[in-house]
Amino acid sequence: MRTLIALLSGLVFGLGLMLSDMVNPARVLAFLDIFGAWDLTLAFVMAGGLAVSAGAWALAGRRDRAVCGGVLPGKPTGAIDAQLIGGASLFGLGWGLVGVCPGPAITGLLIGGWPIALFVAAMLAGMIAHDALIAPRLARTA
Amino acid sequence: MPEDWMNGLLGGGLIGAAAGALLLLNGRIAGVSGIVGALLKSPQGEALAWIERAAFVIGLVTAPLVFGALGGARDVIITQNAGLLIAGGLLVGVGTRMGSGCTSGHGICGMARLSRRSIAAVATFMGVAVLVVALKTLISGGGA
Repeated sequence: MRTLIALLSGLVFGLGLMLSDMVNPARVLAFLDIFGAWDLTLAFVMAGGLAVSAGAWALAGRRDRAVCGGVLPGKPTGAIDAQLIGGASLFGLGWGLVGVCPGPAITGLLIGGWPIALFVAAMLAGMIAHDALIAPRLARTA
Repeated sequence: MPEDWMNGLLGGGLIGAAAGALLLLNGRIAGVSGIVGALLKSPQGEALAWIERAAFVIGLVTAPLVFGALGGARDVIITQNAGLLIAGGLLVGVGTRMGSGCTSGHGICGMARLSRRSIAAVATFMGVAVLVVALKTLISGGGA
């Protein structure tokens, strides 16, 4: 049951990225180009997503456990630290260069041709490199 | 309202509903970088959670096929510069893991619960990305 829910959640998530055209990097870059021909679509996607997601969090606040079992994630307590801001900066750099973030990258795999496939391969390599090489060092210096 | 904005709002609603369902039913955060990153590790001791994450990714990947079957179509217009694609992919991979999230985990999930970390992360990556796009435009001589 949990697996089916996860599959459907991924499917609906991807359909949302398709309908909103967020799978199209040109559309995303047009939002980031605030000094050019600014395209506000991404802001509407965020607004729609946040409104519904905030409702879900409000419901989650009234219970301890998820419907299919398991503890609901608690409020994040970590500080705003250098790792968070440094990581977000690197992500922003890559996002601004190409216009692709992880959700649209994975969703675009079957329709994006070799450029999306190459991007995803590099992204996965970056994730593995971070977890295997960078994270242990950051943990040691922290 | 222009059709693009309406599709954006409705598409965003679908994304929020997908994230909300995953949260309330399975107790999981629908952060794509977190889910994909965890899939890249060995499933030792938590095989069921690993399969759940794989199912979510399969849903994402097959969404364009379902969207097509429903009569919709979207173009993916992206740079053909291989070096840029590799650099961008590496930066997004390292950055989202180091910063514990991306546009979905921090943007749709974290900000909706008013997490200070997520709001700081979104402000940072959006700010940097806007600067990068502005610099690219400057360097290319103002052309698109």
